[in-house]
Amino acid sequence: MSLTLWNSRFSITLVRQHTTIFTSARTALTENAINSSHLSQNFLQRRHFALNLMKTNTGGDGGRAPSNSRNPTNNQRGSSQPRYTRNASMSQGAAGGGIPFEHPHCDRIAMYDYESRRNRITRGPYDYDLIVIGGGSAGLACAKEAVACGARVVCLDYVKPTPLGTKWGVGGTCVNVGCIPKKLMHQASLLGEAVHEAAAYGWNVNEKIKPDWNKLVSSVQNHIKSVNWVTRVDLRDKKVEYINGLGSFLDPHTMTIKMKSGDRKITSQTFVIAVGGRPRYPDIPGAVEYGITSDDLFSLNREPGKTLVVGAGYIGLECAGFLKGLGYEPTVMVRSIVLRGFDQQMAGLVADSMEERGIPFLYQYVPLSVEKLSSGKLLVKYEHSQSGEVRSDTFDTVLWAIGRKGLVDDLNLANAGVHTFKDKIQVDSYEATNVPNIYAVGDIIYGKPELTPVAVLAGRLLARRLYGESTQRMDYTDVATTVFTPLEYACVGLSEEDAVKEFGADEIEVFHGYYKPTEFFIPQKSVRHCYLKAVAERHGEQRVYGLHYLGPVAGEVIQGFAAALKSGLTIKTLMNTVGIHPTTAEEFTRLNITKRSGLDPTPASCCS
Amino acid sequence: MSLMKLLGTPTRRLLWMSPCRIGTVFFKCFATSNQNTPTKNKYDYDLLVLGGGSGGLACAKEAVEHGARVICFDFVKPTPVGTKWGVGGTCVNVGCIPKKLMHQASLLGEAVHEAVAYGWNVNDQNIKPDWKKLVKSVQGHIKSVNWVTRVDLRDKKVEYVNSMGVFVNDHTIEYKTKENETKKVTAEYIVVAVGGRPRYPDIPGATEFGITSDDIFSLEREPGRTLVVGAGYVGLECACFLKGLGYDPTVMVRSIVLRGFDRQMSELLAAMMVDRGVTFLHTTIPTAVVKQPDGRLLVKYLNTSTLAQNSEIFDTVLWAIGRKGLIDDLKLDAAGIKTKNDKIVVDGSEATNVPHIFAVGDIIYGRPELTPVAILSGRLLARRLFAASNQLMDYADVATTVFTPLEYSCVGMSEETAIQKHGSENIEVFHGYYKPTEFFIPQKSVRHCYLKAVAEITGDQKVLGLHYIGPVAGEVIQGFAAALKSGLTIKTLLNTVGIHPTTAEEFTRLSITKRSGRDPTPASCCS
Repeated sequence: MSLTLWNSRFSITLVRQHTTIFTSARTALTENAINSSHLSQNFLQRRHFALNLMKTNTGGDGGRAPSNSRNPTNNQRGSSQPRYTRNASMSQGAAGGGIPFEHPHCDRIAMYDYESRRNRITRGPYDYDLIVIGGGSAGLACAKEAVACGARVVCLDYVKPTPLGTKWGVGGTCVNVGCIPKKLMHQASLLGEAVHEAAAYGWNVNEKIKPDWNKLVSSVQNHIKSVNWVTRVDLRDKKVEYINGLGSFLDPHTMTIKMKSGDRKITSQTFVIAVGGRPRYPDIPGAVEYGITSDDLFSLNREPGKTLVVGAGYIGLECAGFLKGLGYEPTVMVRSIVLRGFDQQMAGLVADSMEERGIPFLYQYVPLSVEKLSSGKLLVKYEHSQSGEVRSDTFDTVLWAIGRKGLVDDLNLANAGVHTFKDKIQVDSYEATNVPNIYAVGDIIYGKPELTPVAVLAGRLLARRLYGESTQRMDYTDVATTVFTPLEYACVGLSEEDAVKEFGADEIEVFHGYYKPTEFFIPQKSVRHCYLKAVAERHGEQRVYGLHYLGPVAGEVIQGFAAALKSGLTIKTLMNTVGIHPTTAEEFTRLNITKRSGLDPTPASCCS
Repeated sequence: MSLMKLLGTPTRRLLWMSPCRIGTVFFKCFATSNQNTPTKNKYDYDLLVLGGGSGGLACAKEAVEHGARVICFDFVKPTPVGTKWGVGGTCVNVGCIPKKLMHQASLLGEAVHEAVAYGWNVNDQNIKPDWKKLVKSVQGHIKSVNWVTRVDLRDKKVEYVNSMGVFVNDHTIEYKTKENETKKVTAEYIVVAVGGRPRYPDIPGATEFGITSDDIFSLEREPGRTLVVGAGYVGLECACFLKGLGYDPTVMVRSIVLRGFDRQMSELLAAMMVDRGVTFLHTTIPTAVVKQPDGRLLVKYLNTSTLAQNSEIFDTVLWAIGRKGLIDDLKLDAAGIKTKNDKIVVDGSEATNVPHIFAVGDIIYGRPELTPVAILSGRLLARRLFAASNQLMDYADVATTVFTPLEYSCVGMSEETAIQKHGSENIEVFHGYYKPTEFFIPQKSVRHCYLKAVAEITGDQKVLGLHYIGPVAGEVIQGFAAALKSGLTIKTLLNTVGIHPTTAEEFTRLSITKRSGRDPTPASCCS
């Protein structure tokens, strides 16, 4: 049986091998490069190679630097010109770290023009064509796609339990301890609000309600288990070999895997590192013993009660938001700023909207220690980072949301010669590390958005480049995202600060406005923070650089606009887009007040 | 001075009229612009607007902003059962706003049950809405909007007359004051924005015993068992919120549901409603409504395919068989304005056959009857008349949504239209069923959560239409409407990174074509 399987795989391999060899000289060139590549090969050499490749491919038009290569015949709307080159400075900055780091994704045209290196599917001396390390969004997407393209793939997946002992199944952060449970808890909290709204709309419901934490957790966990199961079935259906073990490198082609049944050594032509990240703990007494993280919260077997959320990134704010909605008492401790990396005006509004709902924010405080009291409660001491004032308070739960670290430690990357940067791995625009047969995708990559759909798409495109006919690279620009706070925030493109930094305050125009969702009136929900803005080019066709929206179902609202941005949305087009009435998304089509004008951005009439 | 001069040569005019998909083309049709400076002497007003709805008010306010002297006439004839309302037109008073609020009320009833599944200790057994409280809340909100509108008009110095304006000639309008005096005013330009009202069928008992969407949102009694006649979006929306509020609606369909919308999506939507317990009477027309001694209504109807006659008893009969333009009282003949059916025919600049008389909103023949369309075309018209603008309204690719429990929203072409225009061999349809994350815990049905993209088959595959059935459909489609206007292609769509977990991201995950014959049901969630 296994022989037949092996045979069929082999024949596919053979066919592929032949087609690969005979399709084009370019591919052969590529393979030469791969075969001649050694450990010593560095980025500069590869860049050179890429340049040569460009010359070869573009004929008379050779010699252009790849960073500004532009195909004049490409008249695809929205990408006929690189929009902005905001990463130019970043690539310089990272160079200080020792490895020349490129951000070629700043030029979208180049992305489609570059010839990609394609791996030959070959049994060769190796057990597998591809070993994917990590069974999360990126790893699974990559593994499944690679198998679909005919490669022999094994996917390694292993979850180290948290200090509290929480562990989970296949699927990675998103499914088990990320987006999915978070969205469900958020939904639960919104539904609590909906019950009160229902009463305002005339339903005869008793508004004295409480959530059953244990029932909620078990519902959420059941859903996760079912997703785990579907994922396993999917892997089996798609014939992706799955090993529940922790892999570490012996050399660039060999890996040892710790499994329940003992250690095993396997070899592969190519590796994709997709191990993702896990929450950090602060280095203070009691942090690990008494604190929990988002890894534990969604399966916590007791009510969280009064909770200190340390950290005001999106994870901290989301957790605080749904805990409040579920009737607990969260406090958010902010070291410096809220939602670093996001538009700061919007971040401020998000924080204000949460404070309005009764979530206290401790600004400029850092935790010093966590002690367990005889009552079982946790005494947290914390210090004002400017004044040095020390305060303390007791909590039922302390949740660390101070950031996430890449899981590079157990991989023995030094054995493979893969460089790391901080606790992440730097890759080029092909997701290749400094070692040519080793790639990385997902949250483990340095300096790219840590988001499931990014990981999924990058993993899939990588597999297609490696084993399919594709040359398409991942476009990391203008990735939309959303924060599931009670009033949600979603955005796509540049923040106002980044746009100012990039183009200068005189060259951008910001259209903004407050608005009042129709449904908010009857239950008298606060509309104080319902706000949106469009950051655009000031002159010319007023290309839209960024869109920001604070309000209900923000992610649903922004997604389409993300596609619009990618299609080259301008302010003119936006204002000529007819609204869908009554929605909140239509407010984008009604934006007409610029910040520069100084006019009041509060709305007057509703339907005329 | 007049806009007609601006039209220039016949060729230019032709350009105007051509159904340009891309709005920017319009801008380029003009070499020069023409500012119509307000005339102070010849006429009483620069602009006279008939109708105080979305289109009329937007036009009036914009005109005032550009220095014109404007008067706006607004008058609501009571319905046969006596319902009347204030300023603001259909949308605010008897349309989008109360409809969305009733829809929201019905969704919130559903939310209470979902809350239980998520662990809230709320008693969801026998929950009932208080119809009177709901109507009061809805009407309270409408009154507040009416008030804000009045204040807005006063602030912006739009002269408002609550009376029916009637044409005397092409520059003169006659009206009756509160004191029943007849007065006349003249204006250089006149904009007709009187909108439409629901039709009644021509059968015994229709007007005496039936109501329409003009009445339902302020109905003093619970609607109870309701017969909704008509399966356009108004009918389906009413039936759905009534069902959600615990009443028992039946929808009577003469021929097809949601005429003009994509057929597959329409049928799916009807199936979703059947799933939720809404009864449909297909190929059936009403023949008479008779009031019973107990006050209930006996409706006699005929199945046009089997020719079987039947009758049933209802508490309420709601006519949702279409809307007619309100041209009858305007004496359009006095100004020589041409009409078609009960609407007014206009060109690409919203001008009627009388060059200084325009029409905007629902009264226009053959244009989408939607509030934002009316507002934008009214505003653009005012800018063209008084602010040297050349920009015409772009009626192409107007997105719209149907507020049924699972909502349906779309932009661009239906699959049928695309096939008709391009031929089925030149069309690729990407489609898929999907499962909203939030639906799992309360075990809501995902059977009808479906979306599709209709695109060209060649090149980068320009997207011609997008269709979505699911939660918050309007919010989902709006951004894609902007994308379509920006020239969205399938290539761009599939390279757009999703926002996880949302339902809108499903558009970025569409990978199965109808042509492939592959199963469009989803497998995995996050990889």
